[in-house]
Amino acid sequence: MARTVAETIKEITKNHLKKNNGLLFGQCVTAVGWIGGTVPEMTEEEGITELSMADVAGAGIAVGAALSGRRPIYVIRYQGFMWYNAAPILNYAAKSKEMWGVPCPLFVRSLAMEGGMGPVASAAHHSMVLRMPGIPICAPMTPGECTTAWEWFMSHDDPIYVSEHRRSFPVNYEMEPQIYEKADVTIFAISAARLNALEAAKKLKEEAGITSNIFHIFWLKPFQISEEMIRALKKTGLGLVIDSDYSIGGASRSIAYELMLASGAPVHALGLDDRTGGFAPHLDNPTPPVEKIVNLIKNLTVKKETVPNTNLNS
Amino acid sequence: MRSPQLGIIDALPQTFSQTQTLEMFRKCCVNRHFEIETAKVYDTGVIKMPIYLSLGQEHIPAAISTVTKDFRIFAQHRGHSYYLSFGGDMRKLIDELLHRSSGCARGMGGSASIHDPKIGMYGHSGLMGDQVPVAVGMALGSRQRVLTVVGDASAEEDYVWSAMGYAATKKLPVLLVCEDNDLSILTHVSTRRSWSIVEIAKGLGMQAVDIADDPWLIAHHAARLLDRLPAVINIRTCRHRWHAGTGTDEEPEWNRFQLFKEEISKLGLKNEAKKIEDETLELVWKTWQEQLRKP
Ligand SMILES: Cc1ncc(C[n+]2csc(CCOP(=O)(O)OP(=O)(O)O)c2C)c(N)n1
Ligand SMILES: [Mg+2]
Repeated sequence: MARTVAETIKEITKNHLKKNNGLLFGQCVTAVGWIGGTVPEMTEEEGITELSMADVAGAGIAVGAALSGRRPIYVIRYQGFMWYNAAPILNYAAKSKEMWGVPCPLFVRSLAMEGGMGPVASAAHHSMVLRMPGIPICAPMTPGECTTAWEWFMSHDDPIYVSEHRRSFPVNYEMEPQIYEKADVTIFAISAARLNALEAAKKLKEEAGITSNIFHIFWLKPFQISEEMIRALKKTGLGLVIDSDYSIGGASRSIAYELMLASGAPVHALGLDDRTGGFAPHLDNPTPPVEKIVNLIKNLTVKKETVPNTNLNS
Repeated sequence: MRSPQLGIIDALPQTFSQTQTLEMFRKCCVNRHFEIETAKVYDTGVIKMPIYLSLGQEHIPAAISTVTKDFRIFAQHRGHSYYLSFGGDMRKLIDELLHRSSGCARGMGGSASIHDPKIGMYGHSGLMGDQVPVAVGMALGSRQRVLTVVGDASAEEDYVWSAMGYAATKKLPVLLVCEDNDLSILTHVSTRRSWSIVEIAKGLGMQAVDIADDPWLIAHHAARLLDRLPAVINIRTCRHRWHAGTGTDEEPEWNRFQLFKEEISKLGLKNEAKKIEDETLELVWKTWQEQLRKP
């Protein structure tokens, strides 16, 4: 059977600790589950370093170890903890090379989760990182993408923010773009929104005969627009970026803006609702659910027919 | 508690070799006259950025660096004297203050974020106190000795304590020096807190002492604590100039440089000290002038 995302991360980590004198930092990493089976069951002597619960100091300690050249992996169990962890990562590690020419390669594994997890442990928060220079961001959802993120890290001397989603851990396949000759909408999906977008596309076809192109966005920053994306957008005349983070001031709107400028086609953004998620299921604020994506695209495709876009061929 | 006599050990200067005493004095003179000259240049208006002078505190790194230079160094914004004491290139520091790409941080660091990989000194990010967790991580990753410097105010940052606690837990080779000038810009310690960083450190299981800024005393404790790290030295000292810039308010509580010179005279080294001071004055002045003349 093909390897899952969790197994891939675990294998990468094991090799790093064994062969590169690497380190892994985190809180309660050796507790039940070993972070969803992504951390090899190794000892502190072998490089699995338990931190205290002090998040700001913990992030700083990981940054210091990165300065020492050990290329640490730093696990942030829930992305909401980034509100505490952000300062050393974004204000020290990400700036070190530009300020002083001193590389600070830190591999930040920041985990998103969802499903009745409340206001902190839910969702991705990569957008707060997006606005700061000096740290590329990716959101891998497949084993191959995890390997790409790692290989990028090992061949560069920058820190990297890896926005993981727990829903990716069992994924054991790759996701190729789905592009059709005659499509109605072009979807750009990020993180767990990719899984929802795939389902939504099926439903749209079955329920309304709407054909959706899907691009899977792995690199959020730098975000690279391909010829293929522009061609698809120009043909469909409608785009939608979907993300597991908030859209206001977030990755989905920022990427939609870039795609819109490059293609001339209207590109919408859909992320979390602009409200705090609660624990009760009806108060949750998850990655845009399949139904929501389906309904939005149905509405947008109707409007597309009635509101001509004058920019399309410019 | 604040006093130039805090923790003074009788006849301690006599236990130091003349060479070490004069070496400490030479470094003090370099640091001091560098800051005085920098202040003069600043007042002519050519330095277009805030500067953080260590005048009055210059003998702290001077003393520690005569004990050993075997440290990775994480200082904070008031760092000129650390850079110079631990072997940084004065010309590059001047260039940094003159906004040049030949500066030690290529103009990016200014006065507050100076560094030099060659002497193992890392720049400060501008978030007070964040150097402490980063220093602790460096000690963990490299297993090398690390010196980190905070002010009495930065020591109040929550992440400083938790990083100290982690260093104590993992027995990491970190020496934390708190330059206690009793000022956070203009706010005194008594207004801000009722506790002492030394008691906190002891509570965390670290070696810790609270002392005045006498250079021999500093060197004595630095040497004593080197093989008992992690440890904290809180040093009562006086900032002679404004937080940023060159201005002065009232007279400082004490003038350690003057006290240092008096003690040196008592050791019968007055003439040697005079010669050293004259030499460094000339060196600093000349170096500033040469760098100023460069395009
Ligand atoms: C996180 C953070 N908070 C506040 C400041 C603003 N600030 C800069 S220096 C300073 C006072 C620092 O005092 P201290 O640590 O005692 O060092 P000193 O200036 O006395 O040498 C303050 C409040 C800052 N730069 N970073
Ligand atoms: Mg102070």
